[in-house]
Amino acid sequence: MSDEVIVSVRDVHKTFIVTKTPGLLQRLRGKRREVNRIEVLKGVDLDVHKGETVVILGSSGSGKSTLLRCMNKLETIDSGRILVNGHLVGYEERGGKLVDEKAAVTARKRTDLGMVFQQFNLFLNKTALGNVMAPLQDVKKMSRAEAEEHALASLGKVGLLDRKDNYPSKLSGGQKQRVAIARALAMDPSVMLFDEPTSALDPELVEEVLAVIKAIAAQGTTMVIVTHEMQFARDIADVIVVMDQGIIVEANTPDEVFFRPKHAKTYALLKRSGLAVEPPGAV
Amino acid sequence: MKGSPAIEFIESTLSYFPRLLAAAPIVIQLALGAMALALVLGLLVALARISKSRFLRGIALVYVEVMRGTPLLVQLVYIFFVLPAIGVNIDPVPAGILGLGLNYAAYLSEVFRSAILSVEAGQTEAALSLGYTPGKALWKIVLPQSFIVSLGPIGNYFIAMVKDTALTSVIAVTEILKTANVINAQTFETTQVYTAAALLYLLISLPLSRIVSALEKRARVHV
Repeated sequence: MSDEVIVSVRDVHKTFIVTKTPGLLQRLRGKRREVNRIEVLKGVDLDVHKGETVVILGSSGSGKSTLLRCMNKLETIDSGRILVNGHLVGYEERGGKLVDEKAAVTARKRTDLGMVFQQFNLFLNKTALGNVMAPLQDVKKMSRAEAEEHALASLGKVGLLDRKDNYPSKLSGGQKQRVAIARALAMDPSVMLFDEPTSALDPELVEEVLAVIKAIAAQGTTMVIVTHEMQFARDIADVIVVMDQGIIVEANTPDEVFFRPKHAKTYALLKRSGLAVEPPGAV
Repeated sequence: MKGSPAIEFIESTLSYFPRLLAAAPIVIQLALGAMALALVLGLLVALARISKSRFLRGIALVYVEVMRGTPLLVQLVYIFFVLPAIGVNIDPVPAGILGLGLNYAAYLSEVFRSAILSVEAGQTEAALSLGYTPGKALWKIVLPQSFIVSLGPIGNYFIAMVKDTALTSVIAVTEILKTANVINAQTFETTQVYTAAALLYLLISLPLSRIVSALEKRARVHV
């Protein structure tokens, strides 16, 4: 671990706007268009250092997945700054304001961040090997042979060389997620983002995916992981971040968070998982 | 049995086959040409309909509604008989290809549009997260998958189009029906001539529908 900051999040705010347009009949009866504003992020600050594994915990709706998706601009932000390797991703700053940058520039910067999704999102019309090779050829402009060499090495890291010619429909959930990890890893990003990587898996398949993630962490890869797996979080994290209703309520080492939770929400989260030790402030 | 009316009918019906068959290449030319046009234009219209630009969406919607809301026969007549009035003269076969192609493009655009929308958003998100631009993600990841989903409907529209080539007989294309009209005017064996023509269409479309379902089965294995 070093002092070098890979991802820097500063005072990020994000609001989802949900509009409900009434039907014609309802409008004739005088019903207006409803606009609901949901503040998902209310001023979040976070630093992810090189080689560090940051785990974000929080109940659903706390904004943890949104925060992750803002890092590579799969979600936009309203205000604040997110810097990856010192650069804004998806924006440029003009007169103190964030303006969308060119799509091609965003695309290039996104290769700095590897992302693993809850629903795997493997390309369904490609084999395991094809999935890993595609971005190497399409984005990194590698030759076919070079891409294959890289892809095979990456599939080897997740232990799926024997499944390289299988299509996603012929892979188990755990295998799919491992291919997805290999695909993101092959791009050689400076940080890996995991968005609830085991939440869509059958319980018996969770362990193989967690083992792969642990192995990657052990190699010094910088990672941000959103998960509900408490035991895993405790084992792997350098820093655990607890979010609630759009803010970070606690950020500390696993031991501090698990044995001396400072915030009532952290305690509640631990208690629900059967891991709570003492109520906050009891000691 | 020789000389029985049934045998005679069959024999004279079959005797028209060679002349009608001579018109089959025109039918294939019309159908392939129009389908190529419809595929390209249909894809462009579909992309316009899901684009961010209100202007493009509007134009595409108007195009689809006009093409689906007026009869193909009227469109063909329009291209062949009305356009010359403003100085645009098009030969029968190109006019037929144009009319069929423009019309089917509207239907195919709906096939493509729903197929594109049926590809999960996660596929695009994954591509974007890997550094694809939105355009490249559409072209390299989403479109190939939606094309597989579209194969069946495209095949069905192709078979329908083969049969709709008969409409071009009214704009002087000497395809199967037109040829049958000519023969009928000479021989007055109306029943036999048109029975032969109908059988010929059937002989073309039956194998096509077999090919389409086989293709569809093969392509759909993974998606």
